[in-house]
Amino acid sequence: MERSNRECTIGTVEDFMLQIGRVVHAGEVELAIFRTSDGAVYAVRNHSPHPKGGPLAEGIVSGYYLYDPLHDWKIDLRTGEVQAPDRGQAEVYPVTVEGGVVKVTLPAAVTTLN
Amino acid sequence: MAAEREKLVLIGNGMAGVGTIEQILKLGGAYDITVFGSEPHPNYNRIMLSYVLEGSKTIEDIILNDLGWYEDNHITLHTGTTVTRIDEQNKLILTDNGLAVPYDKAIIATGSNSFILPVPGSTKDGVVGFRDIADCDAMLEAAKQYRTAAVIGGGLLGLEAAKGLVNLGMDVTVVHLLEDLMERQLDRTASSMLQAELTRQGVKFAMGKQTVELTGEERVTGLRFSDGSELPAEFVVMAVGIKPNVQLAKDSGITVNRGIVVDDYMQTSMSDVYSVGECTEHRGTCYGLVAPLFEQGMVLAKHLSGVQTPGYEGSVVATKLKISGVDVFSAGEFTETPEHTVISAKDEWKRTYKKILLKDNVIVGAVLFGDVTESANLQKLVKNSTEMTNEIYDEVMGTSCCGGGGAKKGMSVEAMADEEIVCGCNGVTKKAIVDAVTENGFTTVDEIKACTGATRSCGGCKPVVEQILQFVLGDSFQQGAKQGICSCTSLGRDEIVAEITAKGLRTTKEVMNVLDWKQAEGCSKCRPAVNYYLGMIYPDTHEDEKESRFVNERMSANIQKDGTYTVIPRMYGGVTTPEDLKRIADVSLKYDVKVVKVTGGQRLDLIGVKKEDVPKVWEELDMPSGYGYAKSLRTVKTCVGSQFCRFGTQDSMGMGAMLERKYERLDMPAKFKMAVNGCPRNCAESCTKDIGIVGNDGGWEVFIGGNGGIKPRIADAFCKVKTDEELVEVCSAVIQYYRETGNYLERTSEWVERMGLEHIQTVVMGNDDNRKELAARIDFALAQVSDPWKKMLDDKNTRTALFEETQV
Repeated sequence: MERSNRECTIGTVEDFMLQIGRVVHAGEVELAIFRTSDGAVYAVRNHSPHPKGGPLAEGIVSGYYLYDPLHDWKIDLRTGEVQAPDRGQAEVYPVTVEGGVVKVTLPAAVTTLN
Repeated sequence: MAAEREKLVLIGNGMAGVGTIEQILKLGGAYDITVFGSEPHPNYNRIMLSYVLEGSKTIEDIILNDLGWYEDNHITLHTGTTVTRIDEQNKLILTDNGLAVPYDKAIIATGSNSFILPVPGSTKDGVVGFRDIADCDAMLEAAKQYRTAAVIGGGLLGLEAAKGLVNLGMDVTVVHLLEDLMERQLDRTASSMLQAELTRQGVKFAMGKQTVELTGEERVTGLRFSDGSELPAEFVVMAVGIKPNVQLAKDSGITVNRGIVVDDYMQTSMSDVYSVGECTEHRGTCYGLVAPLFEQGMVLAKHLSGVQTPGYEGSVVATKLKISGVDVFSAGEFTETPEHTVISAKDEWKRTYKKILLKDNVIVGAVLFGDVTESANLQKLVKNSTEMTNEIYDEVMGTSCCGGGGAKKGMSVEAMADEEIVCGCNGVTKKAIVDAVTENGFTTVDEIKACTGATRSCGGCKPVVEQILQFVLGDSFQQGAKQGICSCTSLGRDEIVAEITAKGLRTTKEVMNVLDWKQAEGCSKCRPAVNYYLGMIYPDTHEDEKESRFVNERMSANIQKDGTYTVIPRMYGGVTTPEDLKRIADVSLKYDVKVVKVTGGQRLDLIGVKKEDVPKVWEELDMPSGYGYAKSLRTVKTCVGSQFCRFGTQDSMGMGAMLERKYERLDMPAKFKMAVNGCPRNCAESCTKDIGIVGNDGGWEVFIGGNGGIKPRIADAFCKVKTDEELVEVCSAVIQYYRETGNYLERTSEWVERMGLEHIQTVVMGNDDNRKELAARIDFALAQVSDPWKKMLDDKNTRTALFEETQV
C-alpha cells in the first residue's frame, strides 16, 4: 500500500493574483490558493472550518490572514488556525515555489477526505 | 498516593447546568465531570430561539458550547440519553439505555417543558409548544405548508412565537385568557401600547378568550372558546407557561413541590444531589428566565468548588421582549398599590412609556416601553433596592442637563457586586469583565467581547459593559475606549476621511501605513470601507481595489451558502421586454439555473450559477448587471403610473427607469433603494425606501430614510417639488450628501437619524448653491462608472483569475 506524499504542480506564480484566492482541483481535493502581498503562496483546503462550511477562496486576505467570505472567521494561512474568539482549524498544505513553479504537497490519505 | 478526583455528574445539558460547570471549571473545582443530555444537540442558548424563528440566527449561531469544548475540558458527554433514576444507596446515575454511572456529587438541571393545556384535542397533529429546537423546526416547517396559526398565551414566549410566525408569512392570532398581554410583567398602559404596536406589525389578537377544545380530526383545524365562538387555525402553538421537569427527582424520591425543592445552596432533599435552573423551586419560587439560572449556578459552583459564598437569596426578575422593533422592559413590582409612589411619563406621539415604582422612597420596580435605554440601569437600581435621589431621578427620567449624566453613570456600576451577571446570554459577571480590563489591559467593548463573550449574543448588556470600562479605566477611558472603525485603528470615519484629503493618501495600503494601522493590511471591515472612502474622495483617479472588495462585489454576483452564485440582470424601473425574458429563460436553461425568482425589488434572480459559468452567463445575457450585490443603487421600484393606471397622475415607470439609469453603478456607503409612485396610493411602497417618491397632481413629494429591513423605519417627508428637473436635482444632492457623510455600511435610515432630518433639509433645500454643487459632484462621479461585466469580459486575466478553476 502506497502511503507516500504526493507533490502536485499547480501552475506558475503569475497564475495567482496578489491577495485574491483561486480554486485548484488537485485530484479529489479542492484547494484555495492564496498569494500574500509579500509574494508567498499558501494552500488551504477550500472548505471553511465553520460548522456551516462553504468556500474560502473568495475571502479577503490581510498579511498572512484570511477572512472567511461567508462567516468572517479570521484564519491564519500558515497554520490554518482560526483566530479567537472563534475556534477551529482549516486544513493547510505545504507549498514550494521553485523557478516560478508552484507545487503543493498533499498527503496520500488526503485523497479520501472528500 | 494521589487522591482520585471526585466524580461530578450533571443531568441536563442546558444553559443552567452547563453554566454551572463553566463556573466550576473557572474556579478550578477538581472533578471528573460527566454530562447527560436528552436532546441530540450540544448545549445551546434557549433564550435565543426567538431569533432562530425570526430567521436572524441559525441553530449553529446559538450553540454555546460545541463538542470541542467538552473535549477540551475532559468532560464526558452523553447526548440523546435520558437519566431515569438516581440510586442514592449505591450512588449511581441510571439511564434509559442501561448505563450506571457512579457519582460523588450530582446536579439536576433538567429544566422545564411547555405546559400543554389539558383540553380535548391538545394532542392533535399541528399542536406544539415553544421550548426547544424541535418546536422551532416544527414552526418553520408549518409556515411552509399552512397559512393560519393560533398562539395560545399572550406572555413573553407567546408573543415571540407569534411575531416569528408572522415573519414567516403566517396569519397569526394570539389567544389570551386575560384582557392584558404580559400581565405578569406589564401594567395596563404598557400592555395596551404593546398590543397596539404588535397589531401594527401584523399580529391579530383574541383577548379574554378561554380555549376549551381544539377541533379537527387527525390534524388541528381550529379552536373553540368557552363563549362558544371559534377560531380557525391550521397550526397551534401552546405558550401558556412552563412546567418544571421534575419526573427524575420524583422517581428518585427527592422532595418535589411545584419544582425540585432546594435550599439556599441549591441542595435538594437527597444528600450530595443539587439542582439549578427552571426545574428548581427556591423559597417557593420557580423561575423561567435566564438571570436567576446564572445566579443560582454561581452559588452552586462556588459551593462545589470549596469557595466561601453567601447563599442564594432569590432573584429580581427583569424581562425584555426579544422582538425587533418592540422594546419592552420590566423589573420588580409593576402594579401600583396605594403604598407606592409612582413616577411616570407617557408620550403618545413618540409611543414611549416609563414608570418607576417607589416604596418608602426605595426603587422597587420599573416598566419601560418604546425606549429601553435605561433598562440596565433600572434593573440594577431595583435589584439593589436603591433609594431614589435627585441625581438618579434626573438620570433615569432623562431630565438632567447634558454632560451631567455621564460621570454619574459610572457610580452605579461601582456599587455592583463582583458576582452580578452583566451578560445574561453568556453568563459573564462584572468581575470577569473587570479582570479582562485589569489583567489583559483591554480598553474596548470589542476586546472584552472577544475575551469574555459578553455582548456577543443579543448585545443588550453593551451599555453596562461600557459603564464598567469607564469605571475601571477612569480618566484613561476616553482615550482608551475611543472607537475606531474597526480594531485595526483608533481613528473614526471622519478622521480617516479628513486625513486622506489632508495628506493626499491614494491607496488603502498608503492610508494604513501613514495612519499607523495596527494590522498593516487591515481586516475585512476596514479594507472595503477605506476603499470606498478613497473612491468617494477621488472618483476620477481612484483605482478600485478588487482585493479590498467583499466577495459579492468582487465577483459582481451574490455568493450563496453552497458557493454557487446568483446573477441578477438590470430591469430599469422593474420593466422588461418579451425579448429579454426569452433570453433570460434560454440562458437559465442552458446553464442549469436552480431557481428563477422575482426579487423584492421587481427583478429576476437567477439562483445557483456555478462559479466558472458566471462570466458566460453574463456574456450570453448581454444585459447590464443589476448590482444585486452592491453597496450602491439596487432598484427603483415603480407602480404602473399614468401610462396605464386610471389613478396615475405622474409617469412613475418612466421616472423610475430614468432615475435607475442615472444613478446605477455608483458606490455608496451601503445598499440603496428607491421607489417612484404615480399617485398617493403608494403601490410601490416608497415609505420603506432610502428615497421614496410620490407623484401628485402638481408635482412630486420626496421621502428619505425609509427601510424595510432588519430595523424597519418609515421614511421622513423631505420636500415637495414641482418639476422633474427639481426632483432629479434633489435626489442627486441627497445621494451625494449621503455618499460624502455616511459611514461605510450605514443605511440612510441610520444616517438620517444620526445627522438629523432638519440638518439634511437645510443642506439640500436651504441653499440653492449647495444643492447645485452636490448635484454637480455626483454627476462628475457618475461620469466615471462603467458596467463591471463589460469590463470583466474584456479583461481576460482578471476573468481567469477570479472565475476559472484549475484542474491538476
